[in-house]
Amino acid sequence: MTKNKDSQLLLSLYRTMRLIRVAESSLIKLFADSEIPGFIHLSIGQEAVAAGVMAALEERDTVATNHRGHGHVLARGMELDLFFKELMGKDGGICRGRGGSMHVADRSKGILGANGIVGAGIPIALGSALAHSVRGTGGVAVAFFGDGAMAEGVLHESLNMAALWKLPMLFVCEHNGWSEFSQTKEQFVAELADLARAFGIQHVQVDGNNVEEVALAAQQLTSQARAGGPRILECKTHRIRGHFEGDSQKYRNAEELIAADDCDPLIFARAMIEQCGVAPAAVDGIDAEVEAQVAASVLAGRADRQPDFAQAFADVYTATAAQG
Amino acid sequence: MAEIRYMEAINRALQDGMAADENVIVMGEDVARAGGSFKATRGLLDKFGARRVIDTPIAESTIVSAAVGAAMTGLKPVVEIMFMDFITLAMDAMVNQAAKARFMFGGQFNVPMVLRTPHGGGLNAGPQHSQCLEAWFAHVPGLKVVCPSNPQDAYSLLRAAISDPDPVVFIEHKALYGKRGEVDTAIGAQIGKARIARPGRDVTIVTYGNTVHASLQAAAQLAGENIEVEVIDLRSLQPWDEQAVYESVSRTHRVVVVHEAVKSFGSGAEIAASITENVFYELDAPVMRVGSPFMPVPFATSLEAQYVIKPADIADAVRVTMAGGR
Ligand SMILES: Cc1ncc(C[n+]2csc(CCOP(=O)(O)OP(=O)(O)O)c2C)c(N)n1
Repeated sequence: MTKNKDSQLLLSLYRTMRLIRVAESSLIKLFADSEIPGFIHLSIGQEAVAAGVMAALEERDTVATNHRGHGHVLARGMELDLFFKELMGKDGGICRGRGGSMHVADRSKGILGANGIVGAGIPIALGSALAHSVRGTGGVAVAFFGDGAMAEGVLHESLNMAALWKLPMLFVCEHNGWSEFSQTKEQFVAELADLARAFGIQHVQVDGNNVEEVALAAQQLTSQARAGGPRILECKTHRIRGHFEGDSQKYRNAEELIAADDCDPLIFARAMIEQCGVAPAAVDGIDAEVEAQVAASVLAGRADRQPDFAQAFADVYTATAAQG
Repeated sequence: MAEIRYMEAINRALQDGMAADENVIVMGEDVARAGGSFKATRGLLDKFGARRVIDTPIAESTIVSAAVGAAMTGLKPVVEIMFMDFITLAMDAMVNQAAKARFMFGGQFNVPMVLRTPHGGGLNAGPQHSQCLEAWFAHVPGLKVVCPSNPQDAYSLLRAAISDPDPVVFIEHKALYGKRGEVDTAIGAQIGKARIARPGRDVTIVTYGNTVHASLQAAAQLAGENIEVEVIDLRSLQPWDEQAVYESVSRTHRVVVVHEAVKSFGSGAEIAASITENVFYELDAPVMRVGSPFMPVPFATSLEAQYVIKPADIADAVRVTMAGGR
């Protein structure tokens, strides 16, 4: 790659990461001010995984994610207004305010949903890989999951079926070391690499805070998966915020939190970009653009109307049922 | 007697149950070191150690199946499932294993386990963290289903559930955890016995869990209209206290059944049908039911506010039954 092309790619990845960071940072305040109901799980610190993996995908590909899925859906290109409106419980939200943070989905972008059930998105992605394979779409299915989900049987069952049927699927584990308030090393005795070996699936581990590394690996693995056969990408990363907003993180020690701040993927990416000779002002420009974009979406979210109950009720089943 | 919160009452019952019987263990996700997602198991690890207070991986199916096996082998496991919605992952363990082991193995085994789990909405937690699924379990022969509405019952019934020789699904309500009330640890409770939460002569409301409070509010409102409502807190759904309900119906001759779970095919249908079968000639009006609409629990505040059962909905149903039905 030429230095110029390199910096173009990096800048675009950086933009995506910055968008996620700014969007989620604004959620912190919106949540604290009760403009966002329920609870939210932020992916601050993990942006490089979302940006890197999504950059490798094509339009026809499908994605299923988990409770910490804001970054994934934004990186996949969900419209920012639709995202904010959903989290604020408004009628114009991508799910008409019925799902909220843990259930954002966007059919137009192949996003099969975030999920409130740990592990549940994995076999759903598997199913869409099956559909790609049966229908010959050439698409790849991606499942995002945390290291905590490694203990759930559905992962093991999905790995088996994906390998058995040589499905076009990429398993992406965001390994942040934590399952809620417990460390994953006290929850799971194996390594994902061991599972991969057991099921005969190629596994690659990368520094999930280095967006370039994630993007290159994702590019390689998705094209292999597209040609037939599942792959696993494990991204070692950090969850900088608590498990959910409002979690004081008493169970974590200060050193770990400081270490997490030290491997901030955005700071990393920015340094790499500047090494390519891009002027800092260009990067600042991206930051300013993204901030304005997010601010506008917050306003759009506020301005939108409340969803209608009767409409929601009417949508429990499809309006035009089949006739036999 | 000290006033303590519902969640603290659960904690006390676990402590006292563990102190009384060394075979009682507590297991679940984040129950030990973190003291539970809703803090109901706080302090147990320090008191009883890691052999008896066990943090499990996120693996509901195996957690609950393992509890069944442990119960068959002499322990009395109390399992926490963080949200009732996640019990779907452990349905085989509950429905095919825990419920039937005693019966199908000819009485060779008991399965003395408790599955504690919170149900209910009102927190904008969305469709996968708000459901009331108790009717599923009340439908399965072999399981008992308990649902306390206040700290005293939470304490006494959890002690009873832990001592019970059969599997008990012990359902808490997320919105009740902070509710305060007096708890006398000397007071025992029997699974299957209801409580008259408010005596009255005109209409019987049959309910359990969090809707007991909405029903009491409705009753207070209706008292101003000269309608005296009797509120029966069932406390337990399987078995449920048919006798207490029939006796009340024989006095009031009108009934409204109230629960937060969706109305369709819910516990209210069973109760209404049983009343009709058994004390039909005592009724002056059809049995009314108040339950949630037949839809998933929506996320948005404005939607959920319309979804949840309000005292006014209950009062309306009472007025309808007072007028002789629809
Ligand atoms: C089936 C199920 N069990 C438990 C939970 C509660 N829960 C939500 S997130 C979480 C931890 C998940 O850890 P991990 O998969 O590593 O993701 P992370 O939060 O670290 O991103 C748990 C236990 C749930 N939502 N679903």
